[in-house]
Amino acid sequence: MTYVADVATLARKDLLLELRAKETLPAMLLFVVSALAIFHFALPAGTSHDAALGLLWVALVFTALLGLTRAFVPEREQGLFDALILAPCDRSAIWLGKAIAVLGFLVAAEIVALPAFAAFFSGIDGRTVAAVALADVGICTVGTLLGAMAVASQARELLLPLLFLPLAVPIVVGGVGASAGAGSRYLLFLLLYDAVFSLLAWASFEYVVAEQ
Amino acid sequence: MAHVIRAHGLGKRFGDRRVIAGVDLEVPDGGFLLVTGPNGSGKTTLLRVLARLSAPSAGELELPERHRLGYLGHDPLVYRELTPLENLTLFARLYRVSERGERVGMLLERFGLWDVRHQRVASFSRGMQQRLGLCRVLLHDPALLILDEPTNALDADGLALLDEVLADAQRTRVVATHDPGRVERLATVRLALA
Repeated sequence: MTYVADVATLARKDLLLELRAKETLPAMLLFVVSALAIFHFALPAGTSHDAALGLLWVALVFTALLGLTRAFVPEREQGLFDALILAPCDRSAIWLGKAIAVLGFLVAAEIVALPAFAAFFSGIDGRTVAAVALADVGICTVGTLLGAMAVASQARELLLPLLFLPLAVPIVVGGVGASAGAGSRYLLFLLLYDAVFSLLAWASFEYVVAEQ
Repeated sequence: MAHVIRAHGLGKRFGDRRVIAGVDLEVPDGGFLLVTGPNGSGKTTLLRVLARLSAPSAGELELPERHRLGYLGHDPLVYRELTPLENLTLFARLYRVSERGERVGMLLERFGLWDVRHQRVASFSRGMQQRLGLCRVLLHDPALLILDEPTNALDADGLALLDEVLADAQRTRVVATHDPGRVERLATVRLALA
């Protein structure tokens, strides 16, 4: 129960920081709607629904990347990793609290993005929504771990996309496959990705934040 | 006498650059270690090693457990978008402080921050932020207090409060400063880094 309380405390802190600063979520919303609008005008008339769905996934992955790039900004700018890792809580709670906060921002962006996609292109079905939900978990768990790794580097803004995008390829494959009608096989694939990478991220965060 | 810090041959390298080397220390329970030296002599690096924030590259080191340490670095290590009350409540939860409300309130009163407890830290002067940093570091009543240049930006009242904290021999204290005059009389162990 202490672990859950620590995670809740840390996630609540990040949500409160965003509520005050209003930096990440507005940027994500503006980005995803703008990207979908650009895709709408860039695609020629008569383009298939599947092609449009592919672009939805591109927009979602890059929107998530925007949120992940901002995720550790307070800790980086104010040296707060030191204060957090000195606390007697399990260090993976820092990762999980941050991942939950980023998930909250991403879901909020998608609540706008999915209706916007339906308005610009065509409606989406339940399978796509399920795929987006499963993909969100993988994006946030893996992306938060990579965000913590990148934040220690001088070239952090360059490093995060370079680390994250290759690992997001299976998410896009699973998401597009599930959205395009291949169904439960791809949803299962996303579920497996979430389970494996969440476990790896949970187990390795301790070593990511430890200074050598 | 029991020793809270015991180090033998302690060293730290960053790549090829040796920052500290061959440090031997024994600081007894309730003792006061004063670390002095010019800029770049490795004071901050040594304190980060003693705070378990950085692993030593060489030597042996015995320290209290992590939850018994209190560390204040060059930054106050508080969230600028949160208020003092929110910051201290956050860290009190993470440090499992019992009777959080009373402890947080007492520290805010003691360090003259009670009246501004609902204001964002971003609006504070550097000295007020340093006071809040001191509150954060004392929140869980640490057995070992590690302070890096703690006089930074403090005004006369703030310095008087810091003197009170440093004079408390109930806990072991480690202070790094390039201006040792203020704390020289309290020191029981001295380490001069070159």
